[in-house]
Amino acid sequence: MSKEPVAVVGIGQTRHVAARRDVSIAGLVREAAGRALDDAELTWADVDAVVIGKAPDFFEGVMMPELYLADALGAVGKPMLRVHTAGSVGGSTALVAAGLVAARVHGTVLTLAFEKQSESNAMWGLSLPIPFQQPLLAGAGGFFAPHVRAYMRRSGAPDTVGALVAYKDRRNALKNPYAHLHEHDITLEKVVASPMLWDPIRYSETCPSSDGACAMVLTDRAGAARAPRPPAWLLGGAMRSEPTLFAGKDFVSPQAGKDCAADVYRQAGITDPRRDIDAAEIYVPFSWYEPMWLENLGFAAEGEGWKLTESGVTALDGDLPVNMSGGVLSTNPIGASGMIRFAEAALQVRGQAGAHQVDGARRVLGHAYGGGSQFFAMWLVGSAPPGS
Amino acid sequence: MPDVLSAPLVVEFPFTRSLGPVQSAFLTGLRERVVLGVRTTDDRTLVPPVEYDPVTAEEIRDLVEVTPTGTVTTWAWNHAPRRGQPLTTPFAWVLVRLDGADTALLHALDAPGPDAVRTGMRVRVRWAEERTGAITDIACFEPYDGEAGEPGATGKSVPAGGHSGVFGDPITGIVAPARLDYTYSPGRAQSAYIEALSARRTVGERCPSCRKVYVPPRGACPTCGVATAEQVEVGPRGTVTTFCIVNIKAKNLDIEVPYVYAHIALDGADLALHARIGGIPYDQVRMGLRVAPVWTEGARYPDHYRPTGEPDAAYETYKELL
Ligand SMILES: [Zn+2]
Repeated sequence: MSKEPVAVVGIGQTRHVAARRDVSIAGLVREAAGRALDDAELTWADVDAVVIGKAPDFFEGVMMPELYLADALGAVGKPMLRVHTAGSVGGSTALVAAGLVAARVHGTVLTLAFEKQSESNAMWGLSLPIPFQQPLLAGAGGFFAPHVRAYMRRSGAPDTVGALVAYKDRRNALKNPYAHLHEHDITLEKVVASPMLWDPIRYSETCPSSDGACAMVLTDRAGAARAPRPPAWLLGGAMRSEPTLFAGKDFVSPQAGKDCAADVYRQAGITDPRRDIDAAEIYVPFSWYEPMWLENLGFAAEGEGWKLTESGVTALDGDLPVNMSGGVLSTNPIGASGMIRFAEAALQVRGQAGAHQVDGARRVLGHAYGGGSQFFAMWLVGSAPPGS
Repeated sequence: MPDVLSAPLVVEFPFTRSLGPVQSAFLTGLRERVVLGVRTTDDRTLVPPVEYDPVTAEEIRDLVEVTPTGTVTTWAWNHAPRRGQPLTTPFAWVLVRLDGADTALLHALDAPGPDAVRTGMRVRVRWAEERTGAITDIACFEPYDGEAGEPGATGKSVPAGGHSGVFGDPITGIVAPARLDYTYSPGRAQSAYIEALSARRTVGERCPSCRKVYVPPRGACPTCGVATAEQVEVGPRGTVTTFCIVNIKAKNLDIEVPYVYAHIALDGADLALHARIGGIPYDQVRMGLRVAPVWTEGARYPDHYRPTGEPDAAYETYKELL
């Protein structure tokens, strides 16, 4: 028996900001979930199950917050699942929800991911002092910056590429009312002039810390037929993981990322992602990860990803727009960040992306990764159902 | 086999909570010696209040005041109070259904012993002297002989009824400190590694299957999924495989910026470890630089690595070790 086609019929997110002091965590998730239901023109009673994700509990210090959030998400008396795969969790959560629909376990599933970073300090949560171990020497970007230098050495990319990515994404964010950073006076010169924090990573090439939530309503073919607006159809979805550290680990282009993308493309019948995919929303927490992931995802040959960025291919009006929403560089409620990528891909193929809509987007990739390049989650969504 | 190390590990953080409208009214009310609940769409009164109806999922904002007297619905005796608990002497954890409420609130009951506590007993709130807008504004509950609806702690009659939830100077956020006490052990493999470091030797372990040398060792190869046991001394020299220049001071680190944070593949190791580079201007550090550890007296780890003066390693020799 074949899988049930999965459709995204509702999308909602909060207006992401540094601190939402006006709402509890329950109020935050409720806002996104309510907007997703409104978009689908459904009520709480129409939802069969809830699948929720967030980054480590230490980020807010609420152990198993899904228990207390059941009321806010209308989950009482229904199955509720929590997914946990570090920074990729928003993507993994959506894929677990999609699997429940595809397997015909449930007809309509609400999936949601969130982070309220203002309630804690993510850097503290990630760097607890461990007895006998040398303290971390470099702070947040110090983990990523050496990998960026390795990429630059391997690809021969000019050192201007990182700033180009940041400038592009921050300008895209100006077209997205939900994005956290709206830097109206941004210029390329300002990005280049921003302080070099962890050379080669500048301040303006790093992501912000945000409070926010994102929700989607996933449903089956019958649910899609009743939907008031065009659905996004799941054409392929996959997760892969690998250890954070092992001999032979390639941080620049992790094998798990390549394998995950290959699985998605096989499911969707994509043979040439650069030709067959119209746009991509990928998890870029530091600007240089755009060219790195373009290679890892097969949009460019090894060492060539930066050329797509430099030549404007990844701009909003380019041939392969990347991070139309403004990306993680403009909005980063960590646990929600993966789902925001997935939701942006769905918005694009539904034609609902507003000012950052890519004309004629029919197939768009959503991508998330996390845990020191340990977890990968991706989906490809289309404007037409699978097999059509 | 050497002794396995262990040490206390305390994890603590002052988390903050944005309360939202309902919890804000509830905690501000406690400061004013008013206990608020919330009325659901099926006309039940929930104390403590919630923001969303557990039955219908509707948003609920219909606040009501209940009396500070109630009935114990169940309890458990706490023989040995711990740090941070409501009372320092033994007490009962109780669920109390306040008069006018349909659900019970968890708190402490001050009683001389377990024989003095029973399900169904009448209790009332003992207010804290200093109240800040927190659940601890209820110091605890205490046994009470009076009837429901008797004058409340405010001295005036408080029949259950609607309440605006509006108070002057509302509490909108609280600090919720959390603390976890662990005994941490790094296990056999890392204990042996740390032991060797005290003699300024770096000892990893080789995987019996793929032959890769792990430094520091974890006791198993993450690729092959098999235990490692064969000890292999590596270094002391190594090669800088990649690095960054740190320009911002990290908290709790007494290192002048800028400095270089590098991945170093010690000779004989199959993955890089992380360390600081010194003894060379930061802007002259490069990939392929050959380095050796610099120790300070009594330190568990090398303070930093310095250039050895050898010619740089060729990229081909370390490109798999970035
Ligand atoms: Zn092995």
